[in-house]
Amino acid sequence: MLAFIIRRLLQSVGVLLAMSIIVFVGVSSLGDPVDVMAPPDATQAEREATRVQMGLDKPLPVQYWRFLTGALSGDLGRSFAYGTPAVKLIVERMPATLELAFTAMLIAVVLGIPLGLWAGLKPNSFAGKTIMTGSILGFSLPTFWVGLMMIMLFSVVLGWLPTSGRGETVEVFGIRWSFLTLDGWRHLLMPALNLALFKLSLIIRLTKAGTQEALLQDYVKFARAKGLSPLRVVGVHVLKNIMIPIVTVIGLEFGSVIAFSIVTETIFAWPGMGKLIIDSIAVLDRPIIVAYLLVIVIMFVMINLVVDLLYSVLDPRVRLASE
Amino acid sequence: MSESSVGAVDAQSAAVVQKAVPEQTPFRRFAATYAESRIAMFGLVVLIFLVLVAVFAPWIAPQDPYDLAKLDIMDSRMQPGDKSGDGKLTFVLGSDGQGRDMLSAIIYGLRISIGVGVIATVIALAIGMSVGLLAGYVGGRTESIIMRIADIQLSFPAILLALILLAFLKPGIGNIILALVAVQWAYYARTTRSAALVERRKEYIEAARGLGLSPLRIIFRHLLPNCLPPLIVVAALQVASAIALEATLSFLGLGVPVTEPSLGLLISNGFRFLLSGQYWISFFPGVALLITIVSINLVADRLRDVLNPRLQTH
Repeated sequence: MLAFIIRRLLQSVGVLLAMSIIVFVGVSSLGDPVDVMAPPDATQAEREATRVQMGLDKPLPVQYWRFLTGALSGDLGRSFAYGTPAVKLIVERMPATLELAFTAMLIAVVLGIPLGLWAGLKPNSFAGKTIMTGSILGFSLPTFWVGLMMIMLFSVVLGWLPTSGRGETVEVFGIRWSFLTLDGWRHLLMPALNLALFKLSLIIRLTKAGTQEALLQDYVKFARAKGLSPLRVVGVHVLKNIMIPIVTVIGLEFGSVIAFSIVTETIFAWPGMGKLIIDSIAVLDRPIIVAYLLVIVIMFVMINLVVDLLYSVLDPRVRLASE
Repeated sequence: MSESSVGAVDAQSAAVVQKAVPEQTPFRRFAATYAESRIAMFGLVVLIFLVLVAVFAPWIAPQDPYDLAKLDIMDSRMQPGDKSGDGKLTFVLGSDGQGRDMLSAIIYGLRISIGVGVIATVIALAIGMSVGLLAGYVGGRTESIIMRIADIQLSFPAILLALILLAFLKPGIGNIILALVAVQWAYYARTTRSAALVERRKEYIEAARGLGLSPLRIIFRHLLPNCLPPLIVVAALQVASAIALEATLSFLGLGVPVTEPSLGLLISNGFRFLLSGQYWISFFPGVALLITIVSINLVADRLRDVLNPRLQTH
């Protein structure tokens, strides 16, 4: 187990290093930063001074080393557009993204498991077939287009929900949250539902398949023969056994929910990290682009590591296979 | 296991059928099995129709949406069914903010969406397949390095990898194809390698080696054809996800350039008119995108069933 953890940690460091090189090379390809930093009427000497000041006259390995040590101490430069440190901006926007992602995952689980159970228990009923057709549609519908259509329906036609922003927020431990106010919920509901749609379909299908498989097992037959109530058979015996794959998938998919929130945040003008990066790419705000990419890669490496570890704890066969 | 043994069992069952009914070629048998599903046939017909529309766009579209001289700003944001100012053209699906006929824009957008999706898939397939075959055939250190890279890459969501690349590249058809290829090659590498691992232990590879054939010839003439069935299924599914990903990236402004709008960019262009109730600029390109993705998925699902030996009745 310890060897497994150490190897995975080393691999994570390798991924981070590789990613820092990609980002460094990518940033250099964006053009000469002196054009952005120096005033438009600067003389050649002034431009040269800016270049020296920014360390761009040094050889590339030296520049990369400076970039890397800067990144390790959390210093990736100041945003051109906002004038504040890029890392600070990203970290400030993170709670909004996490709030959205958690709510979306919660919706997917709370709706997905009961619907999947129903479809698995009564696969030939009208409701069961409708649920499964709906889940296929959920896979095929382009998420961003569904988001637009939700705005069309709920905001423009019906006028029930606001189209953008976080609404009223409450500050807890210096971080602003939307889910503590009614107005915040009105703003949160539509983007979270939009983001949840794909994962909802996935969880419905997983739960349905797991339920149908579990119903054929001897322990379910035995529980029934023992005279347990159908509710207890499904609620305890079936549900417990299908939870392992579902929990694993929830963990694995959480990262992709955060990644996909880029799209949802752009549609609903949700002020999270995703909206920030799209806005920054549009105006070539280089420090923010670099900071976002490094922060998100670190997040992903950590999520992947935790999921791998949890998985090997939940299912011992996985650990044996990798050793 | 299930995917990787497809080639061999398929070849065997094909051989059995050929003995029983000599005039039936494997392709005909395959086509007949495919046609048993009506919904899959429907998907195929719709898909062929869409591809034809995309290929013959300049001859079908009522208007050339790229020719700015033909557009009249007075015709902008016309409702579906309205006539243009000079009375020559009916905007069946309405017009956009520049007075462009939406139907024509969608037909040309379909051309770009399908084109980008197919080209990216073909290139990614070629690269992923070669790398996967190499890994599966050579084994050892080469294999573990290639597959480790693929595994790590697959642990990141596709949209994030594409974003990392496109953050540094200018919008353009070539760059979006590059990003899609970079995202997708690993799927093919993994699928090919798992098929190749099973195939390389078989006698015909042994025989080819015994004959002294060059490794390249063995890989591409002997190993590759037997690894194809699972690859076809993955490629079919990946075309749909490539089109969806391109649409999403273009919607975010990271994909195709504004001069050549794909369906995703058309949807994005209509976004700002949505709040004033002019739904058609975003709505109809989305419907076209949805129909494209669903029809490809229907065909791919059926291909998976037909090419999967465990589900075959023979």
